[in-house]
Amino acid sequence: MKSAVLVFPGINRERDMARALKLVSGNDAAMVWHADTELPKGTDLVVVPGGFSYGDYLRCGAIAARAPVMDAVRKFAADGGLVLGVCNGFQILCESGLLPGVLMRNAGLKFICRDVHLRVERNDTPFTRGYQAGQVITVPVAHGEGNYEADEETLKRLEGEGRVLYRYCSPTGEVGEAHNINGAAASIAGIVSERGNVLGMMPHPENHVEDIMGSTDGRGLFAGLAEHLKKAA
Amino acid sequence: MTISNTPAITPELVASHGLKPDEYQRILELIGREPTLTELGIFSAMWNEHCSYKSSRIHLRGLPTKAPWVLQGPGENAGVIDIGDNQAVVFKMESHNHPSFIEPYQGATTGVGGILRDVFTMGARPIACLNALSFGAPEHPKTRRLVSGVVAGVGGYGNSFGVPTVGGQTRFHTRYDGNILVNAMAVGLADADKIFLAAASGVGMPIVYLGSKTGRDGIHGASMASAEFDDASEEKRPTVQVGDPFAEKLLLEACLEIMANDCVIAIQDMGAAGLTCSAVEMGAKGDLGVELDLDKVPTRETGMSAYEMMLSESQERMLMVLKPEKEQLAEQIFKKWGLDFAIVGYTTPTKRFVVKHGGQVMADLPIKELGDEAPLYDRPHIPSPKLPVIHAREINAPLSIADALEKLIGTPELCSKRWVWEQYDHVIGGNTVQRPGGDAAVVRVQDGPKGLALTVDVTPRYCEADPVEGGKQAVAEAYRNVTAVGGKLLAITDNLNFGNPERPEIMGQLVGCLKGISEACIALDSPIVSGNVSLYNETNGRGILPTPSIGGVGLLDDFTKSATLAFKAAGEAILLIGETKGWLGQSVYLRDVCGREEGAPPPVDLAAEKRNGDVVRGMIHAGTATAVHDVSDGGLLVALAEMAIAGGIGATLDAAPDATVPQAWWFGEDQARYVVTVPQQQLMTVLSKLKTIGVPCQQIGVTGGATLSIAGERAIEVKALATAHERWLPAYMNAAN
Repeated sequence: MKSAVLVFPGINRERDMARALKLVSGNDAAMVWHADTELPKGTDLVVVPGGFSYGDYLRCGAIAARAPVMDAVRKFAADGGLVLGVCNGFQILCESGLLPGVLMRNAGLKFICRDVHLRVERNDTPFTRGYQAGQVITVPVAHGEGNYEADEETLKRLEGEGRVLYRYCSPTGEVGEAHNINGAAASIAGIVSERGNVLGMMPHPENHVEDIMGSTDGRGLFAGLAEHLKKAA
Repeated sequence: MTISNTPAITPELVASHGLKPDEYQRILELIGREPTLTELGIFSAMWNEHCSYKSSRIHLRGLPTKAPWVLQGPGENAGVIDIGDNQAVVFKMESHNHPSFIEPYQGATTGVGGILRDVFTMGARPIACLNALSFGAPEHPKTRRLVSGVVAGVGGYGNSFGVPTVGGQTRFHTRYDGNILVNAMAVGLADADKIFLAAASGVGMPIVYLGSKTGRDGIHGASMASAEFDDASEEKRPTVQVGDPFAEKLLLEACLEIMANDCVIAIQDMGAAGLTCSAVEMGAKGDLGVELDLDKVPTRETGMSAYEMMLSESQERMLMVLKPEKEQLAEQIFKKWGLDFAIVGYTTPTKRFVVKHGGQVMADLPIKELGDEAPLYDRPHIPSPKLPVIHAREINAPLSIADALEKLIGTPELCSKRWVWEQYDHVIGGNTVQRPGGDAAVVRVQDGPKGLALTVDVTPRYCEADPVEGGKQAVAEAYRNVTAVGGKLLAITDNLNFGNPERPEIMGQLVGCLKGISEACIALDSPIVSGNVSLYNETNGRGILPTPSIGGVGLLDDFTKSATLAFKAAGEAILLIGETKGWLGQSVYLRDVCGREEGAPPPVDLAAEKRNGDVVRGMIHAGTATAVHDVSDGGLLVALAEMAIAGGIGATLDAAPDATVPQAWWFGEDQARYVVTVPQQQLMTVLSKLKTIGVPCQQIGVTGGATLSIAGERAIEVKALATAHERWLPAYMNAAN
């Protein structure tokens, strides 16, 4: 697995992400600066990490979506390359047109940092093959604007095409408003693009990858990707 | 040399700069002429309480600041301790009280921003933040808005900057109605052999301005922070700076990058009193003069005068002395991060602080004297009167033990502060081993196995009732909280918040607390390596409770062996370590259940603290202790309830011993105590060992079940306790004002 982690000014979870990628795949990720116009040769996974790109003083992710490096990412995705966006990364992918919808302010209007339960909706994708379908995993969220919204038509398509991969749920997997921490439409925590090669999600699997730190529930996502890319190679 | 002297310096102008007539006289003697307006501004910035510590300096000198592991004590941007393997921990706590009361969001953000800069200026990457917040009574009309704004501000800055906020305190008391406290602590990690200091060296070295542009915000911020409040204080809103965590994040990365490239001779952040204070400190500490050309300073607004530039407290700025041969490389790095970079002056051999603007000399002052000759006051101080010891038998219990517990666990003082810390990103970095809500936070050091135990403590009602014992207790509680997770307290940072030092009884509180803090630091082998003093915390003549916040940093050799407070399994023996006399004076029980805020606070036996702490830490390291919690606010039963709630496991508890008053046994706040659980098969060994070494220890119950059941009392559902514990704060914050 040869990953490239994008670094926009104001991104702050790039180290967490690089550490998780290294831990699971054994390979160092390349850190790619926002002003670069090309991805390193041989990149097979692009990761857009969390943070506050350019301060997020405009709409979250809006400026990053227009950074020079994003043209290369759009091309990479158009060629079928795997792209993972987490938190601010999800917001950036939506703003850059690689994923539909937007991330609004949390319904409670406050930043939320806590462990949440996610239901893995299917496991026949590169982003979920490390889990069982229906499995409930626990990973942290840390965001102020994670309330996923899209027009009705888009939501219908996402559901119909099985593109919702992760949903907020109870510890036993029930989905409902009581467990929908940020008010997202249909409790959506993570979705993929039409071709299934671009995933955006709000929670932080990269912060739950080590047994000695108390949880490895996030590991399946990275292990699944590594497995997928090994097979593909 | 000509120095233009308009406008004229009048007594009114001097007074409006917060300088007393005798202080102005001192200036005239020092420079032998009338100062210019810019010079007057510089003096007011350097000689106010906030920057000069003129009322506290004489008493701070007595604090213990040395130990073999202390690499840098007070006097630099932050303190530094050695944790082995060339790793150093850099930390400090600082107040942003006055600005946060006037403009809570921006006051809090810039407080966090300032303390983060203090830490990364020394070459450390910040790895954790903590804070201690004191608000007015919940029913005060301003409190809800202040809590909401301050918490959002602390989170808004730390979350964006990208540092986990892992712990702290939040309290409510009517004495903070007109003067809240926002104390922010930052902890960073550096290479022990790459610590950067403020002292300039070498003549003719370029002085570089880095970071955000200078605007008119925060002019006279430090002077405002050194004055009492009155009803018109909110008009001072324009003196509150505006924080930009994005700029700070860029500044962090750029600074660490140029430090790694060996470009830096000296570095100083522009905090209180901005360009003035930073330039003077760099020169004075290096025995050099400094000449600044203000025409080179990047400004956000046009037409700024020398006076405004010298006193601006615009945030996210740094001053640096660069190695001349690395100038270009440093500039490239800063340009890459999109930050302003300008050479604004040079070091000189003259030991004078010269400021030029538009080709004119606006200030020419002796640099050492600006700092060293600042007024120093030995203000009159009288000790606080000793309060009577309240005997437990004199206190009638208005509620049953079970009812009192249910009430206490949901009071503003003791309720869960989850509403606060869930707004702080406490997991970024992937190193947070123990999150907020426990005794101390535990943060892994890089990839381990070392961990840091971090805590902020003080019990202001004890400090008010007896400053010396209260000062001791604040340090002792930090020691206990670090110990309870398995850490060894190494050093502390103190943030001394008091009222008007010109009142002898307030000065007496400061002197008393410092005496207690000193004694405790010596006894517990933990020197003070950094700190901050915030005086004049008064509104309309009413002072805050004396609040010397103590930030403790402890070390765990192996973070995987840290202990938590949650009960782990049913059937384990519950031990109480330490002596229980049933001290109700100044207890939360006496105040919140009996409605009496009175009496002498619990005395602190430092030898017992050390002995008991060593024993508990030993049990954690040996793997004997399965859950550990220190006993503090609310006493024994509240500690047990917190352990039960955290573990979702109840306990069966023995009745209070016959010789005791039950409410004093369960809710007394005797110090030096811990609750520890051990597996049954280890019980006898532990009890006999502790008996041999003379540490008071007794079994008080067994874990298990879904209730807390005290013999002879109504059983209380752990779930009900958890609900009561979590209810108050969100309900309060969601209610309409």
